[in-house]
Amino acid sequence: MKQITVISGKGGTGKTTIAAAFASLTKSKVMADCDVDAADLYLILTPEVKEKHEFSAAKIALVDKEKCIECRKCIEVCRFSAVSDNFVVDPVSCEGCGVCYRICPTEAIKFEEKISGYHFVSDTRFGPMAHARLEIASENSGKLVTLVRKKAREIAKNNKLDYILIDGPPGIGCPVIASLTGVNLALVVSEPTLSGIHDLERVIDLTEHFKIKTLVCINKYDINRENVRRIEEICVKKSIKVAGKIPYDTEVNRAMRMEKTIIEYDPQSEIAQEITRIWNMIENEV
Amino acid sequence: MIISIASGKGGTGKTTIATSLALSIGRNVQFLDCDVEEPNARIFLKPQIEKVEKVTVLVPEVDENKCDFCGKCSEVCEYNAIVVAKNKVLIFPELCHSCGGCVLFCPQKAIAEKEREIGKIEVGKAGDIGFISGILNVGEAMPVPMVSAVKRKINKEKSVIIDVSPGTSCPVVEAVKYSDYCILVTESTPFGLSDLKLAMGVLAKMKIPCGIVINKYDSTYTKTEEFCKQQDIPVLLKIPEDRKIAESYSKGEPLVKALPEYKNEFVKMLERIKK
Repeated sequence: MKQITVISGKGGTGKTTIAAAFASLTKSKVMADCDVDAADLYLILTPEVKEKHEFSAAKIALVDKEKCIECRKCIEVCRFSAVSDNFVVDPVSCEGCGVCYRICPTEAIKFEEKISGYHFVSDTRFGPMAHARLEIASENSGKLVTLVRKKAREIAKNNKLDYILIDGPPGIGCPVIASLTGVNLALVVSEPTLSGIHDLERVIDLTEHFKIKTLVCINKYDINRENVRRIEEICVKKSIKVAGKIPYDTEVNRAMRMEKTIIEYDPQSEIAQEITRIWNMIENEV
Repeated sequence: MIISIASGKGGTGKTTIATSLALSIGRNVQFLDCDVEEPNARIFLKPQIEKVEKVTVLVPEVDENKCDFCGKCSEVCEYNAIVVAKNKVLIFPELCHSCGGCVLFCPQKAIAEKEREIGKIEVGKAGDIGFISGILNVGEAMPVPMVSAVKRKINKEKSVIIDVSPGTSCPVVEAVKYSDYCILVTESTPFGLSDLKLAMGVLAKMKIPCGIVINKYDSTYTKTEEFCKQQDIPVLLKIPEDRKIAESYSKGEPLVKALPEYKNEFVKMLERIKK
């Protein structure tokens, strides 16, 4: 079983489009949508949910006004300014540390688990998929990612599947790190824009930090060829292979609207052929 | 007035809108880049950086001479950042949320706090725009304290523009908190619309009014506008899908510099928001 994560640093470079295309290129795999904040893979793979589970990693404080003697201890100790002057806990600011609950002399503060999201196991036309939905404005997206990956591993193990294909989130923070730990290969989807280059450098520093084998592909390569050369130079310096270059084409949006991967939509297109070459290279590398 | 620019989906054009809005206001404006994981506004605003400040968080430090390994600190830590073994205390600083619980509840008073660097803040000027950008160190998992540190620099005397990270979770919440208004940038695709709905959910929960900018606008995709109409949320501006805009963006050119005719649109948008 090999795990491959598609990440990008910068958002909107084409992670999900490429991950979905991979889904239609390989048979023996489970898909894992680890962009739990803003999951979009479902819009193309149209999963039929088979299992739904609650996810509650965080606790939240709640003041019981009956027992509260207004001693202000909770307000004093809260480092997140989550307790108001009239002793109401702001659920958005509360980080669930429990210090107020433990310090309260009259046990007036309840400290209970809250539902932070849901995770699902589904069937798609391309096989099984593990995915999740983080409750709006919730924390612990890293933990939810870890849970989605755990489910995907179980599915892969039980069905003796060759690959776990992980659609990762943008950025370099906790959910990205959780999407990367222990994978066999990270494919970084870059674009030849100054922002794209800036973010690519940070994200490959991250994969280097975690010692993860990395390939880079350049999406929309024809919008700025000079920046393509700069990306190639960065990759040479870091001994990272450039797996392919995908042209700018708004047809991908049409495919998306029809809930199709670009491979299904037009297998003969330059984009589809290049993504196929990238996938073949990934298979050779892992 | 504090205006934040968020999106749900990444790459829809938050930084494009945020930088162009700041440039269109021109004077008495402060720009905060709160996308601390991937801060890009500096590419477009090209600020002169005047100073760089370290951002630190507090993490526990155990005095093992005072510690009797009772395990209370580990018991009260909700983040599993402290583990107490037989005669050793292990601290995982990257898991620590700096709540101070371990320090407070240690019966031996054996725990103090020390500063740990998680990133830096650049402070400078781009013309008349006050520029502040948070930059999280690579490998750090928690962007929230970085975002809060950037926001402590807010000067309420000015028009404040906040560039937010993509997504809908904690760093986004921290960045948009206390905004008077939020501009949500979406694109004419199902992905854009799906993530727009999530972002609107965050703002509704936080009771922050919002308006929509449809970037990479394609008039054949009508669902975004239908949704906005149905939710009674104003569409403030539409910017067409245009390869030229993508190319100027790729070179780090702000939209209003590449296509100056947009400046007026941004000024109008601001007036509409103020109303």
